[in-house]
Amino acid sequence: MKNLDKSIIKAEEMVLNMGPQHPSTHGVLRLKIHTDGEVVSKIEPIMGYLHRCFEKHCENLSYEQVVPFTDRCDYLASMHMNHAYSIAVEKMLDIELPERVEYIRVIVAELQRIASHLVACGVFGLDVGAITPFTWALRDRERILDLFEMLCGARLLYNYIWPGGVSHDLPPNFIQYTTEFLDYFEPKLKEFDQVLTGNMIFVERTADVGIITPKVGVNFGVSGPSLRGSGVNYDLRKDEPYSIYDKFDFDVPVGKGIMGTVGDSWDRYWVRMREIEESIKILRQAIAQIPNGDVHESRPKKVRPPKGHVYSRYESARGDVGFYIMSNGKNIPYRLKMRSPAFCNLSVFSEIAEGWMISDVITILGSLDIVLGEIDR
Amino acid sequence: MDINTLNDYLSKDFNDSIELIDESYFKINHEILIDFAKFIKEDKKLMFDYLMCISSYDVGDKKHYGVTYNLKSTHLNHYLEFRIEVNDEEEIPSLTKLWGSADWHEREAYDMMGVKFSDHPNFKRILLPEDWDGYPLRKDFETPDYYRGMPVPKDKTYWE
Repeated sequence: MKNLDKSIIKAEEMVLNMGPQHPSTHGVLRLKIHTDGEVVSKIEPIMGYLHRCFEKHCENLSYEQVVPFTDRCDYLASMHMNHAYSIAVEKMLDIELPERVEYIRVIVAELQRIASHLVACGVFGLDVGAITPFTWALRDRERILDLFEMLCGARLLYNYIWPGGVSHDLPPNFIQYTTEFLDYFEPKLKEFDQVLTGNMIFVERTADVGIITPKVGVNFGVSGPSLRGSGVNYDLRKDEPYSIYDKFDFDVPVGKGIMGTVGDSWDRYWVRMREIEESIKILRQAIAQIPNGDVHESRPKKVRPPKGHVYSRYESARGDVGFYIMSNGKNIPYRLKMRSPAFCNLSVFSEIAEGWMISDVITILGSLDIVLGEIDR
Repeated sequence: MDINTLNDYLSKDFNDSIELIDESYFKINHEILIDFAKFIKEDKKLMFDYLMCISSYDVGDKKHYGVTYNLKSTHLNHYLEFRIEVNDEEEIPSLTKLWGSADWHEREAYDMMGVKFSDHPNFKRILLPEDWDGYPLRKDFETPDYYRGMPVPKDKTYWE
């Protein structure tokens, strides 16, 4: 059979529609898959099912009113979107923030990164058939959501970080509860590693699958853990420290190809797991150093940036969030464009998934960790 | 490389067709875009290999539309922003062959602002339905009354 000329038995090409209502597409994404037998020959992602006119709305709202809309973009990492947008507006207004605000922002952002990566890793396991780690991940994420509920009353869409400050100061005992959570969570991470990371079935399904080479990754604008999985050391927290990230000591994990090739699905998963550890490191340092102070003193009475434009960048759980804001001196943005990391990460998908089986397509999509709210905006 | 040395370096080759504005971005002519893009990507002192973002904007005179390109070099760690403004009929050459990320961003610019790109391999709408009329992010866009027979809620009384 091996010497058989495959062109003789070439099957008829079939077009398969996956989604928009499909649990493995992580939202309302539709994939038009051209298959030859079970091998995928072409993939066409079709999106826009969750388009809520974010950018059009922004042109009719004042700068402060945009914040709750940024929540809805990446609903698994709302704090990051709030923070990214606030940094962009503060850059235009040229505001100096009190130390305490910066520390609070870093603490909530890193907690959010842990929560988001837990969902990413848990769901990735679920995609390839590991059900238990998913329940564990959500159990631990629940405790972070409880902390956020204590902080601002909301569990998913926080509207917490505002231009020039935060909406509330930390509640009493928040630091203590966070320390307790970290002490509880750190050993749990090892459990997670034992049951999933080195699991033979999991490794067989993910190692060597869907390789993003560094060249392709950079060319397609892939960012975040998906690019770092390919061995590219590109993290805005280190390269171009915003907020107060230059005060903390942490490493940037990059994919090394431990189980297969550098840049495969397993590497992207592994980078997320190691990033959780780094976030814990940052959190412990931030908790130890947080100063006292007023969190409302730097809030501007009127947000009215001068004429001009700004392009600000932020390292969210999914990658490099960019806000391009053009101002004409009024209290509403003239044009606001959001560079969504998941949008760029998904654009490389058809490039790397072609030639794999349909079951591997699910693995690759899961390893990219997309959020449709952010892609469609 | 900061913006002024970048300006000196670029003006050697593109003296008349580029212009530094506000010490923050370059304005370039759409006719030289492909040469310019090839140069900044391949030159050993520039190496802009990471196209971060393409954003479209409305110039405001109901005729001209602009596109902003934000680039970064992952090797040399410096940035570049340049803009192109075209009128309704002109087409901007697509940069898909140089940067893969240009593909979807250009489609989005067309979808939202109606900026047209030539030589794009798959040029169609990306977020809106294919039968959508008009380009919503233009300042003179008027929301249609009906979409496929469904009334479009324009009035705030629908949700207030």
